[in-house]
Amino acid sequence: MKKQKLTGAEIIWECLIKEGVDVVFGYPGGAILPTYDALNNYREKIHHVLVRHEQGATHMADGYARVSGNVGVAMATSGPGATNMITGLATAMMDSSPIVCITGQVPTAVIGSDAFQEVDITGVAIPVTKHCYLVMDVEELADTIREAFYVARSGRPGPVLVDIPKDIQNAETEFIYSEKEINLPGYQPTVDIQDDDIKEFAKMVNEAKKPVILAGHGILLSEASKETLELAEKASIPIATTLLGIGGVPDSHPLVLGMMGMHGETWVNNAIQNADLLIACGMRFDDRVTGNLKTYSPNSKKIHIDIDPSEINKNIKVDLAIQGDLGNVLRHVNPFINSAKKTEWFNIISGWNKESQQRDVLNIKTDALLGAQAIRKIWEGTKGNALIITDVGQHQMLEAQYYEHDDPRTLLTSGGLGTMGFSLPAAIGASFYEKDRDIWVIVGDGSFQMMLMELATAVQEGVNINIAIINNGYLGMVRQWQQMFYDARYAETPISSPDFLKLAEAYGINGYRVKSLDEIIPAMNKANKITGPTLIEFIVEEHDMVYPMVPAGANLNDMIQRPLFNENGQYKKKEKVL
Amino acid sequence: MKQTLITLVEDKPGVLNRISSLFRRRNFNIESLVVGKSETPGVSRMTIVANEPEARKRGNIYFNLLKLVNVIAVKDVSKLPCVSREFILIKINIDPNQLNEVNTVVKQHSARIVDMGAETVIVEAADEELVINNLVSDLQPFDITEIVRTGKIAMRLGKTLKVNFEKINEKEGEIRWKPEQVSSYQY
Repeated sequence: MKKQKLTGAEIIWECLIKEGVDVVFGYPGGAILPTYDALNNYREKIHHVLVRHEQGATHMADGYARVSGNVGVAMATSGPGATNMITGLATAMMDSSPIVCITGQVPTAVIGSDAFQEVDITGVAIPVTKHCYLVMDVEELADTIREAFYVARSGRPGPVLVDIPKDIQNAETEFIYSEKEINLPGYQPTVDIQDDDIKEFAKMVNEAKKPVILAGHGILLSEASKETLELAEKASIPIATTLLGIGGVPDSHPLVLGMMGMHGETWVNNAIQNADLLIACGMRFDDRVTGNLKTYSPNSKKIHIDIDPSEINKNIKVDLAIQGDLGNVLRHVNPFINSAKKTEWFNIISGWNKESQQRDVLNIKTDALLGAQAIRKIWEGTKGNALIITDVGQHQMLEAQYYEHDDPRTLLTSGGLGTMGFSLPAAIGASFYEKDRDIWVIVGDGSFQMMLMELATAVQEGVNINIAIINNGYLGMVRQWQQMFYDARYAETPISSPDFLKLAEAYGINGYRVKSLDEIIPAMNKANKITGPTLIEFIVEEHDMVYPMVPAGANLNDMIQRPLFNENGQYKKKEKVL
Repeated sequence: MKQTLITLVEDKPGVLNRISSLFRRRNFNIESLVVGKSETPGVSRMTIVANEPEARKRGNIYFNLLKLVNVIAVKDVSKLPCVSREFILIKINIDPNQLNEVNTVVKQHSARIVDMGAETVIVEAADEELVINNLVSDLQPFDITEIVRTGKIAMRLGKTLKVNFEKINEKEGEIRWKPEQVSSYQY
C-alpha cells in the first residue's frame, strides 16, 4: 500500500514532534512561508511563540534548553532572519547549550545568485555552531533533522543549524522517521573509561593535603551533582564553582566555597592558588577563571575531566587528563577514595573567609541602595528558590555573589560569550518549561534596553516572569573598568533610560519602582500576586563597583578588595554628562 | 615542529571549508593541506601539515579536528615511518645549448622533463620535501618562469587493513584508526 506523501514543510513539523518538541520560538518570512503555512495543521501539538527579533528566538530556545536539558528550537527566515540568529548561536556554542535553529533558504535553483534575502548562512554559522546543515534534497530532510537533534544534545551539547531551501519545503515525499541508531562514523561523543586513569585519579586525591574541586557547567550537563558531592564529602574537598557551575552543588553546603575567578571571593581564589591538587570537573579554565596563566595555582597537580578532549590541555597543562562523562567518571572513582579530614586546610581557608567578611558589602551602612543589597533582598524575598536569569554586567556578578542557588538549573546566564540582552528572552523561553518556580529576570538598565522588544513577546504570551531592572544609569561594568583602569574617563558609559514605569504601562503590565531596601519585599509581594509579566525598577547607587576584582591578566590572588566600609569617599564622584 | 596528520573525511560539500575554518579560527598554523578521493567511495583522505612549535597546541589540533562531525578519523603520523611525497612542475625558459645542463640537474634529483617545447621545458618531480627544495634551488641559475607545487601527501609503511567506513572505531583490525586517548596522546 502506498503511503501518503508529505511536503518538506510538514516533514519538519512531524520531525519536531517526534523529537518531543512542544514549543518553537520563531519569526516568519518569505523563505520559510511554506513551513509556517503547514504549522496551522500542527497547532494542537506544537505551540509557536512569535518573537520580536530572531536573536530573541535563539535566546528563548537557549533558555528553554538550559532549564530543561532538552533541545530548544528556534525558527527564522533566510537572509536577515538567519543572520540575526548568529549572536544566539554563538551564545549557545560558548555555553554548550543544545539548540536547533531551522532557517528558510532561497530556492535551490537560485542559491548562489545573491537572490533576495539570500545569505550563505551555513557558511556564516560554521564557527559558531557545533554543526550545520544545508538540505538540498527533500529525501534527506527527515534524517538530517534527526541527526541535528542528536548532535545538539549528545556529547558536549551545542547549537546546530539546519538551513532548508523553500523548494525543499514544498517538495513532497514519503515521510519515514527512521528508528535506527544514528550512524555518524566521524562523531563519537562517548569514550570508554581507562582503569589506569581511575586508579591514578584516586591516588592523587588520596595523597592530596590541600585539594580543591573546580565545579563547572559539566556538573549540570552531566547531572553529576550527587557524585561530585560524594567525592567532596568523602575526601573533605572544598568546592569552588565557575559562573555556569553555580547551582551544580548547593551554595548552602558547608564544602561549597562559592564562585572563583575575576569576581570570585578572596578565600575561593586563595584556596585555588594555594592548593596542592585541583580537580577540574567539566570546566575549561577560561581566562575569567584563571587570571594570569603563568602564575595560576603554581604548586598544584591538576586533574581535568571533560567530555570534550579538545578542552584538555588547551589553556592549562594538566597532570591527569580524563575524557568522559563527568558523572560516569566520578561513579568509577568514588569507591577508591579514602575518607579523610583536612582540618588544617579548612582552617586556613576560613581564615581568609573571616578577613573578607569585614569587607562584605552587606555590612556597609549607607542610605543609598547598593546593587548587591538589592539582589540579596531578592534572594530573601524568593527564599532562594527562584529561577534566576541574569544578563551581563555588574548585576550578573553581584547575582553570582549574593544569590545563593541550591538547585541545579536555577541560574541561567550568558557566561562564555557575555551576551547583553540574553536575560529577558532566555527567561521567556525557560518559562515554557519551568512552571513550579518563580522566575526572576535580573537585568541592568543597559542590558534591558538591548533586547527590550521581547517584552511584547512576554506580554503576548502572558508568561509569568518578574523583571528586576537594576538601574544605575551606567553601563556599569564598563564604567567600572574605566574607573579602575582608565583613570575614570567615562567614554560612552553613562546611559539614559526611558521611564520604565511608563514603559510598563505602555506594554500593559504592572511596574514598580524601589529606591530603598525596605521597599523591596513589599514590591516583590505585589509583583508576585500578578499573573503575567511584571517589572520592578531598582534605583541603585550609581558608582558602586563589583568587588573583589582580579584585573584582566593579573595573578588570581592579586585582587582589588572592596575598601573597608568605615572608609568614606570610596567613589570618585563625577558630574554625569549624557 | 611539523606535524603530519592523515585525516579521513566524509566527501560532502563544505568539509574543506570546515577544516580550514577551524585552523583559522583557532589560530593554528597550517602549512599545507592536500585532499583527494580515497579507496572508499564517499571518503576523502587528507594529508594536513601543521606547524605549531608548542607541543600542547599540536595535541589541541588533533582533538579539534577529531571533533568535527564530518571528520571520520585522524592519525598523527609525525613520528611514524611514512612515505611522504610532494609534487612539483617547473617551467624554464631555455636556450637549446642549456638543455644538457638542465638535464644533468634534473637527473641528479631523479626528476624528469615532461615537456620540451621550442623555448621552454617543463620539469616534473615527485619526492620528499627536501629533495624538491634542492631541485628548485639547483635550477635557480636558469630562467624559471613558473612553479606549481602541491603540499605533502603521506602514507604509513606496513600492512594496513582496508578502512571499514561504517565501523571505523569498532573492529579490532582497524584499531589503528581508533581515536587517541587524551591521557596518552604523545605531544
